[in-house]
Amino acid sequence: MQSSPQSTLDTFPKYLIRNSDVHASRAAMRHKNYGVWQSWTWAELFEEIRAYSIGLQLIGLKAGDKIAIVGSNRPRLYWTFAAAQALGAVPVPVYAESVAEEMEFVLEHADVQYAVCQDQEQVDKVQSMTERLPALQHLLYDEHRGLREYNHDKLHSIAGLQEQGRAALVANPDLAKEWLQGIDASHGGELCVMLYTSGTTGRPKGVMLSYDNLLLSSLNGNAFDKLDHNEEIIAYLPLAWVGDHVFSYGQFLTAGYCVCCPESGETIDIDRREIAPTYFFAPPRVFESLLTTITVRMDDAGKVKGAMYKYFMAVAERCGEKILNGQSVNIVDKLKYKVGNLFVYGPLRNQLGMSRIKVGYTAGEAIGPEIFSFYRSLGINLKQLYGQTEASVYITAQPDGEIYPDTVGKPSIDVELLLADDGEVLYRSPGVFMGYYKNDEATRSTKTEDGWVHTGDAGFIDDDGHLHIIDRAKDVGKLLDGSMFPPKYIENKLKFFPSIQEVVAFGDQRDFATVMINIDLTSVSNWAERNNIAYASYQELASHPQVYDMIREHVDQVNRDLSEEPRMAGAQIKRFLVLHKELDADDGELTRTQKVRRSFIAERYLPLIEGLYDGSTERFISTEVVFEDGRRGEISATVRIEEMEIYGASELRESA
Amino acid sequence: MASGIEPGAELLRIENISLSFGGVKALTDVSFNIKRGEVRAIIGPNGAGKSSMLNVINGFYHPQVGEVWYCGEKRKGAKPHQIAHQGIARTFQNIALFKGMSTLDNIMTGRSTHMAANMLSQAIWRGTAEKEEIKNRRYVEEIIDFLEIQSIRKTPVGRLPYGLQKRVELGRALAAEPVLLLLDEPMAGMNVEEKEDMSRFILDVQSEFGTTIAIIEHDMGVVMDISDRLVVLDYGKKIGDGTPEEIRNNQAVIDAYLGVPHE
Repeated sequence: MQSSPQSTLDTFPKYLIRNSDVHASRAAMRHKNYGVWQSWTWAELFEEIRAYSIGLQLIGLKAGDKIAIVGSNRPRLYWTFAAAQALGAVPVPVYAESVAEEMEFVLEHADVQYAVCQDQEQVDKVQSMTERLPALQHLLYDEHRGLREYNHDKLHSIAGLQEQGRAALVANPDLAKEWLQGIDASHGGELCVMLYTSGTTGRPKGVMLSYDNLLLSSLNGNAFDKLDHNEEIIAYLPLAWVGDHVFSYGQFLTAGYCVCCPESGETIDIDRREIAPTYFFAPPRVFESLLTTITVRMDDAGKVKGAMYKYFMAVAERCGEKILNGQSVNIVDKLKYKVGNLFVYGPLRNQLGMSRIKVGYTAGEAIGPEIFSFYRSLGINLKQLYGQTEASVYITAQPDGEIYPDTVGKPSIDVELLLADDGEVLYRSPGVFMGYYKNDEATRSTKTEDGWVHTGDAGFIDDDGHLHIIDRAKDVGKLLDGSMFPPKYIENKLKFFPSIQEVVAFGDQRDFATVMINIDLTSVSNWAERNNIAYASYQELASHPQVYDMIREHVDQVNRDLSEEPRMAGAQIKRFLVLHKELDADDGELTRTQKVRRSFIAERYLPLIEGLYDGSTERFISTEVVFEDGRRGEISATVRIEEMEIYGASELRESA
Repeated sequence: MASGIEPGAELLRIENISLSFGGVKALTDVSFNIKRGEVRAIIGPNGAGKSSMLNVINGFYHPQVGEVWYCGEKRKGAKPHQIAHQGIARTFQNIALFKGMSTLDNIMTGRSTHMAANMLSQAIWRGTAEKEEIKNRRYVEEIIDFLEIQSIRKTPVGRLPYGLQKRVELGRALAAEPVLLLLDEPMAGMNVEEKEDMSRFILDVQSEFGTTIAIIEHDMGVVMDISDRLVVLDYGKKIGDGTPEEIRNNQAVIDAYLGVPHE
């Protein structure tokens, strides 16, 4: 139908045209709206995006312009990528939940002339900073609610623009042809998208990726996991994150599969159950919280159900992973697993919305071995992946049949790995970014002349060729007695307990290791309910003596584990405290991808850290908190600090 | 009935209402009006007669003295369900939802005044009843979307936290497509964040649906922020009537709230 004489498929709009031809009547996108899944076929999608693109052209969008996308996973926001790219403009997705000043930095730094907002909230946020964004010309929005009274001179609804686009197409028959010619004229080396890294340190940097970067990465990803147009995925991760961009846009167009947008952020669990995606991606915390929910619900289950769950989960633990890996298992276990599959694993997978999963990935952080094994033993093909925005995601991934909980896999297709003398991991691949926008200095310090990129992560490659990541290279420290102090390693060990949400470890250049702990509200509040512990707030629950006792047991367990590893025995936790507030990205304590910002926390909670090292049993702390609308408040508390027992490495070996 | 009333024109007029239960005088000679499209607050200390006033407006109580004029017509002894058909809906001070039913079903009950199919066609289902159900369900889904309660669509209301139950109740009242919406302490027992959400929803209802709103609320900060005009009652008598600014400077109101002894 719209087939044009382009020679090679080297941009995303060209793939859109191809799909509207090859997969014309297949579902391309779904969105749950008013309680019903609404869908678009590839042919309809093409028409929608073309109308939108022409509408954008009518308000002046042209090649080289930057267009920001602010909002959650809505079809029209995804359409913006292709609609803008068809005109040669560059989309810049922004983390929608950023507080105003973070967003302002990105919008200003990227010189955006256009901004597409999901709803009134985002329009308000962007309008509040227009004075400081001289380049910004037009605002667009998806949901009209509450915006009727606004001045519409520079404010347009996407649907309205599409109407104008359609009218223009009817009025001028040549327009469609010119639009296609514009797409034909573009090529793979052009700037395709700018993604701002959330920045664990300092200001976000604008990573410039070309069509070639993203297309090759997406195609390699499809080939690695044998993904095709039959896949269905659910898009729920931030648009500004490279992972979502590759899974819900790059692979969506190159493989031609169907992307489903949930009704809202809160309904994702229900929506996933209804869609049952075949390809799924989530950071470890999603898998953790799902497992926590299951554990909590099974704790409340009736006797028969509880016993069945316990029995069959033990069977799965014993042989589930082996069966998934295709290893041999004795016949009795095999039978038991089959029965379990019927009564427990199958219903559980269904409940999780994972009954059709072909491959699932976890990345971004280390995942707890128990959590990882839990999902795999249920028959869900969960794998680990190591990637970066600068690499268009893929650096390493676990091939089928070679899954180990403590590695991140082998180099992905076309990726070369190199280890520096200090253990830092370097890579080179077709996905390597063009550079940081308006920041040549950072580009030079990250990317070498011959294309190697510094990851900043320390790791090693084992005998099977699998990469292990220990920690951020600059974070691995030493205690004063010279023993190694890997903070993330300690933190992850603690985070694998369901009642612990977040941990920050200290110890570099100090006498011993200490930790600050955040409890997991879902898990601990349920535990409190079952143990008749009354509390009125997070703060009260966190400081409850029985909660302290429970956390103490966990820390003790970690110390035992550490003492068994000769290199880590020195890094046992001597003192700990439970924080009175949740670490929050709005307060700058976490990045937008929920990673701990260590140095910032060290500064902010200085009195508590002093308390951890000066032997006091409690400390008063008062901290400022920022609400999403930018207002500020204050939280204060007296936090208790507890001492732990340290195990001698030798002593345990004797008893063992 | 209300279609002829322009925004800003008088929608409801209360004239010299007096209501008593035996020897207890709940309301004494109260008069005020409500204009189409405004948020009209009724405030006053505990026992001032606010809820009684709402019950008079929606026809649950029949005052011994005085008249209620709605849409330019004088009301004569109508039953609450007849008044519901005239476009007046309300929420209650202590939530009155069906606890065992889902959010969706609770809000669907609010559509009952818009359902015409009789029991027979409901039972046979095909045809009118089906079309009607689809139409009503669509409207209810718009309300669910509007109030952002998609995630609890299928949850039994009894399992929801208080703040959400209040929101569901607002949803049920909205489902009736009211001309005049009566809210009896919609924010009682809520924390600051929930109050902010609810205030936003009330203002959005006013601007999106053009609904006229009469609200009873104790939180003065909220009331002064969201209402266009206020009526102040004390011991069943009207002691103030005007814009938030006027009420703030009204000595009688200040006295009532600070507790000046009554002669």
